[in-house]
Amino acid sequence: MRTISFDGVIVGGGGAGMRASLQLAQSGYKTAVISKVFPTRSHTVSAQGGITCAIASADPNDDWRWHMYDTVKGSDYIGDQDAIEYMTSVGPEAIFELEHMGLPFSRTEEGRIYQRPFGGQSKNFGEGGQAARTCAAADRTGHALLHTLYQNNVKNKTVFLNEWFAIDLVKNQDGAVVGVTALSIETGEVVFVKSKATVFATGGAGRIYASTTNAHINTGDGIGMALRAGFPMQDMEMWQFHPTGIHGAGTLVTEGCRGEGGYLINKDGERFMERYAPNAKDLAGRDVVARSMVLEILEGRGCGPEGDHVFLKLDHLGEEVLESRLPGILELSRTFAHADPVKEPIPVVPTCHYMMGGIPTNIHGQALTIDGSGADQVIPGLYACGEAACVSVHGANRLGGNSLLDLVVFGRATGLFLEEAMRSGIEVRDPTQSDLEEANARLAKLEAAPVDESVASLRKELQNIMQNHFGVFRKGDFMREGIEHLAALRPRIEAVGVADKTQAFNTARIEALELQNLFEVAESTAISAEQRTESRGAHAREDYQDRDDDNWLCHSVYFPTEKRLGKRGVNFAPKTMDAFQPKIRTY
Amino acid sequence: MLQVSIYRYNPEQDAEPSMEDFEVDTGGKDLMVLDVLELIKAQQDPTVTYRRSCREGVCGSDGLNMNGKNGLACITPLSDSVKGNKLVIRPLPGLPVIRDLVVDMSLFYAQYEKVQPYLQNDTPAPAIERLQTPEDRAKLDGLYECILCACCSTSCPSFWWNPDRFVGPAGLLQSYRFLADSRDLATEERLARLDDPFSVFRCHGIQNCVNVCPKGLNPTRAIGHIRSMLLKRAA
Repeated sequence: MRTISFDGVIVGGGGAGMRASLQLAQSGYKTAVISKVFPTRSHTVSAQGGITCAIASADPNDDWRWHMYDTVKGSDYIGDQDAIEYMTSVGPEAIFELEHMGLPFSRTEEGRIYQRPFGGQSKNFGEGGQAARTCAAADRTGHALLHTLYQNNVKNKTVFLNEWFAIDLVKNQDGAVVGVTALSIETGEVVFVKSKATVFATGGAGRIYASTTNAHINTGDGIGMALRAGFPMQDMEMWQFHPTGIHGAGTLVTEGCRGEGGYLINKDGERFMERYAPNAKDLAGRDVVARSMVLEILEGRGCGPEGDHVFLKLDHLGEEVLESRLPGILELSRTFAHADPVKEPIPVVPTCHYMMGGIPTNIHGQALTIDGSGADQVIPGLYACGEAACVSVHGANRLGGNSLLDLVVFGRATGLFLEEAMRSGIEVRDPTQSDLEEANARLAKLEAAPVDESVASLRKELQNIMQNHFGVFRKGDFMREGIEHLAALRPRIEAVGVADKTQAFNTARIEALELQNLFEVAESTAISAEQRTESRGAHAREDYQDRDDDNWLCHSVYFPTEKRLGKRGVNFAPKTMDAFQPKIRTY
Repeated sequence: MLQVSIYRYNPEQDAEPSMEDFEVDTGGKDLMVLDVLELIKAQQDPTVTYRRSCREGVCGSDGLNMNGKNGLACITPLSDSVKGNKLVIRPLPGLPVIRDLVVDMSLFYAQYEKVQPYLQNDTPAPAIERLQTPEDRAKLDGLYECILCACCSTSCPSFWWNPDRFVGPAGLLQSYRFLADSRDLATEERLARLDDPFSVFRCHGIQNCVNVCPKGLNPTRAIGHIRSMLLKRAA
């Protein structure tokens, strides 16, 4: 196996990965990004509505502490307050940097960045009404962000290993991460990509569900690799169902639609969110809106012949506003819902959207594990940022507009930390031959396996289990049944084989490797969900309907080797202010 | 049953490319072309090879030639493409084929990089954002939305002939995106780099790029603006 060496290797070419790589490349360290797609095809490109940050454009008195309060409340109090403080306070600097790099934000009459209202955003610690804090480039903010980051990486000569697929982590005899094995999709060559620091910025894994807003590529590859290496995952039961996925297609319609004044109606034309969230209405937290929609549908007030969705009404905003503020939504709705929002409402349904959990990290992006005494321990050589990481700024429910801020701020923070660490010098022992063989064992097994079952049908089975047993509302006995189905599925997915043994652009092989990653994500989700016996944020149980702060005001930590769930304390110690204490969460 | 004919070529097994026919049951639905490819790959032949990611027309992975016209498979409904119950799917024309519907886009990306597709402004940045009026920002509309799918450049005869020297519609659209940005100060350098007989002036206004752009952008118009700027600079 050929070895290629870098100072830092970032796995994943989305927003988090390219913000980290940019930071490191600018400091002159030899930096590579491994991306299974050309970077601008990464899922960050699909983010629409914006990036929430107190840059004080729409409101000159805006304060990052208000944003921090909203984010803590949105997380249902299991977001780490030191991390949220860091994200919301450093945020403005990170946004202005993006603008200086060229990001084409929409503008106000004063020439500043345009900000729109988004769900869960308030002024004055929830007392001052709705805030407009979400910085936007029309409804194509993710696209504008991702392209700007790619362009600046090109400028700074980052090395891109495009259309390369990372297979597994390589650990040396000290247990330190020293790189990954990776496969060139175009040629089939497998190499050891050696690195002093390996950053997982592999994004989400929404494809564990049958219905998702996520791209085909969102298969949780970093989560799969870390779990196989025996590293723990945090808060994996916390999956966000976005209120407005287009019914049938699953494609996303931004919360910015409601931010601009759109609202949801049931079959009677009633604006039902007024009943569930009298103050914030359609701009309540996403978990609250998604559950309200499902209740409307379950109680027989859904729309359409099957009564299985509700409508998002936008026509009252007028064509001009829609064309200038939501042009991408007009396109998407016309294409995928066959509905023209200028004239008629869009059929929408809650759809799997975002993984709040992931690889536990500190605010420097260092991946963590928990030792026998319950203390955090840094995993040497491994870092994570973006959706793959759980730092945790989102806790049990992410606010709209906070994912782009998370990936920019913590991609940047990881890069800054690595710059310092590289400067002081990182020495690692080389892996042995057997270390490398271990990291390549999965591919070797796949190549040798007989072909009994198709990857596509196994994937469908997995997605249906997750959709049916671990959806918006959950129940213990039903989840236990789902876990049994998963246990039966594991040997079949581990034994999967691929008939096509050719080397050039073998996507059948890639899909098999992705399926195994999806399974690891799904299993950790299922076991974590079944054991958290309360309802909090996105995790809503019919058999435990209340939040249980006595027992569960904590992170869950899933240990893959023993398939055991542990607990980890939530940080209530921000550096510059008093912590926000848990309160009943209403909107 | 929909008749689908797909361009196949695996360099390790095939001496030359060929077309392979499939029959697909669409269940009477007006699927997207990508859905049809996914059905074939899942149910009939997992070796059928193509790129795809977002499946909603924003990532630009699945630019393909469908019944003779370039477009994104994920947002092209069968009703827009199928003629006489027949759908012929080929790779984007003019670029080397790696396998089946996957083309080598190196030349396309090289032309993109050639225009230095990043904002250039060496003046000290303010503590907040650089201000830009809504009118100046509006000049970027129709330019910044490009998704680098290559549908335009691979439908352009000038690009087919000179893919190494003619920047092509996608690259030039991006070039103009920065020329038009009130915050960018490298106008003179950008124009100087384009001032040769090939980079811009190989565009003959055929407008294939405009006809195929899945985002409704108009590279020909952008090229016209660059041309005017170059001529004005020479005068």
